[in-house]
Amino acid sequence: MDSLQQRSSTVQEPPGAVTAHRHTPSPAWQPRTDPAPLLPETEPLRVLGTDAVADADPALLLRLYAELIRGRRYNAQATALTKQGRLAVYPSTTGQEACEIAAALALEERDWLFPSYRDTLAAVARGLDPVQALTLLRGDWHTGYDPHEHRIAPLCTPLATQLPHAVGLAHAARLKGDDVVALAMVGDGGTSEGDFHEALNFAAVWQAPVVFFVQNNGFAISVPLAKQTAAPSLAHKAVGYGMPGRLVDGNDAVAVHQVLTEAVARARRGGGPTLVEAVTYRIDAHTNADDATRYRADGEVEAWRAHDPILLLERELTERGLLDEDGRRAAAEAAETMAAELRERMNADPVLDPMEIFSHVYAEQTTQLREQAAQLRAELEAEGEA
Amino acid sequence: MTTATTGTAAAKAGGNAGKPKPATMAQALQRAMRDAMAEDPTVHVMGEDVGTLGGVFRVTDGLAKEFGEDRCTDTPLAEAGILGAAVGMAMYGLRPVVEMQFDAFAYPAFEQLLSHVAKMRNRTRGAMPMPIVIRVPYGGGIGGVEHHSDSSEAYYMATPGLHVVTPATVEDAYGLLRAAIASDDPVVFLEPKRLYWSKSDWSPEAPAAVEPIGKAVVRRKGTGATLITYGPSVPVCLEAAEAAQAEGWDLEVVDLRSLVPFDDETVCASVRRTGRAVVVHESTGFGGPGAEIAARVTERCFHHLEAPVLRVAGFDIPYPPPMLERHHLPGVDRVLDAVARLQWEAGS
Ligand SMILES: Cc1ncc(C[n+]2csc(CCOP(=O)(O)OP(=O)(O)O)c2C)c(N)n1
Repeated sequence: MDSLQQRSSTVQEPPGAVTAHRHTPSPAWQPRTDPAPLLPETEPLRVLGTDAVADADPALLLRLYAELIRGRRYNAQATALTKQGRLAVYPSTTGQEACEIAAALALEERDWLFPSYRDTLAAVARGLDPVQALTLLRGDWHTGYDPHEHRIAPLCTPLATQLPHAVGLAHAARLKGDDVVALAMVGDGGTSEGDFHEALNFAAVWQAPVVFFVQNNGFAISVPLAKQTAAPSLAHKAVGYGMPGRLVDGNDAVAVHQVLTEAVARARRGGGPTLVEAVTYRIDAHTNADDATRYRADGEVEAWRAHDPILLLERELTERGLLDEDGRRAAAEAAETMAAELRERMNADPVLDPMEIFSHVYAEQTTQLREQAAQLRAELEAEGEA
Repeated sequence: MTTATTGTAAAKAGGNAGKPKPATMAQALQRAMRDAMAEDPTVHVMGEDVGTLGGVFRVTDGLAKEFGEDRCTDTPLAEAGILGAAVGMAMYGLRPVVEMQFDAFAYPAFEQLLSHVAKMRNRTRGAMPMPIVIRVPYGGGIGGVEHHSDSSEAYYMATPGLHVVTPATVEDAYGLLRAAIASDDPVVFLEPKRLYWSKSDWSPEAPAAVEPIGKAVVRRKGTGATLITYGPSVPVCLEAAEAAQAEGWDLEVVDLRSLVPFDDETVCASVRRTGRAVVVHESTGFGGPGAEIAARVTERCFHHLEAPVLRVAGFDIPYPPPMLERHHLPGVDRVLDAVARLQWEAGS
């Protein structure tokens, strides 16, 4: 009997109708989109340390530098506040500041940011009050700011669930004739969720002005990327939805800023969504409650420290003569001022009104909630008298 | 319902004369999975971070090392995928034990849970059972930020085809989880996360006998009224019962352990003895578990009741931020207030 291999290599004399049928081409099949221009870079795009950096605007470089320094100081201060018990938890973005800052700076004021729970820094860089950004993590209210004020959606804890929101908002803006873009941030782990896939598909089908920004920091809590996906890169996922994928070095602030700015511009002019993957690294543990020694080797962290986003940019600025000791000191001092103010404000106990737990459940309180509010008020009064 | 066997280690415990070491609920749960995996090669544990890390609460600590990554698997981060894959694994004869990292992160898996896990036996006229355990750390009181403190038991209870159990003691954590894994039906296993670190002089070397799922237990004997409760509210009720003693109330405390199936017998026997009942849980009250329980007790014990069955529950609000959670969680005072209201007179 023929082996399968032999049979398939026999080209003449198809033995039967089934085989003949198999050779019939599908009527008029064509790829809907040519995948080639959608494919990401073969290697994460770098600008710093390459010839391409010559095009970078010195003012932008200096702005990025100041923001990175401030961002790192913010991460350190917030982490310190967890040790003092002032924050319940803080998911640090130390090592990922270039992504956070570039995300904020790539947007116009009218655009929207859809951050994940980790992206406090992007929200602050976009202008959000540092204390309001930490309210969720301090525990006084879930979202400590009005999302409309800076066009920042609530920091989203359930993973990837904010991505369809970003698509819907961007779509709605376009329906209204506004040239608003939504930038939606997600981690590498979050790309495994169903919501990620549904959001990308909707965005591509609707040609919604959205940019999906994945910070691939190597781990989803303890799970490394290799256990999260078998795709060549996360950026490659874009092709299947019919949108371009971009792969960028997440520690190169200039490259991230460039790629995101392009993607935002493309979305704004009606070009549709883009998926950007920034390859970076989470230097700190997942949160202060996590023990990273259980799942990663120290050597790995050290290798990434040598590829630090601040280091990379500082080298460039110094070589160009844009930054000297005075400039460094000025940036550090500005960051220190921010940290001191944050520390001081966070060290004051927030004044909370327990009755507020009933205030925002519905536009108008139900009878049941009014009864329950009365019960709590009576309890509080009794407590006060005791 | 299958009755689970006791741990293999029980056999080895013969010569162990030393005092049992205190164990935490988290350790008891971990031991239950370990014993079940050792006895039955079809038992597989999976979820986010359950392998190398041992779970964010360390409940699966050491299982991947001992049984390999195929038996204790770090999955991609996708709850619907995890539970959907568990359905297929169960179809092929495995017994998946799935960890959902936190209560509110189980919601993406609800489609699989409600449409498939709960209904597969029924749809296939019994041909395709779903022996899956879905472990869900639930409830508040640990200062968790948004989406980390939900009490989702009412959703599970309202879904025919699921068993819903929740331990309140270290011993029960072991016994109930063994029974859940041995069950040929899907079990939503709710782990009260604020009791994870509670201790008992429980010896993992001599695990307690495992009772089948569906039996409530009287945790404290009393004559004046019955507190019907479960999971994280059991210690609250026991404390309230002690405090009530001083005010002349002798309270009985029933720990349900299993919400589905519901042990009408134990609960109603208690209420008939005491003539009064309060249901206590931290889940919301409106349309919550207590509504079902109070209705059942009223239907069965109407002529024995001296007062309406009362409920003490969390407020009907989304779980509040950590700094305000103490105002939401029913504590000893709210239970005692309800007990005082049991001196009910018709017409008042
Ligand atoms: C739906 C959902 N499942 C589980 C979790 C619990 N959880 C919080 S963060 C996290 C890991 C996220 O990893 P990744 O998406 O890579 O983002 P990173 O933390 O690295 O920024 C997990 C599993 C969650 N928040 N939401």
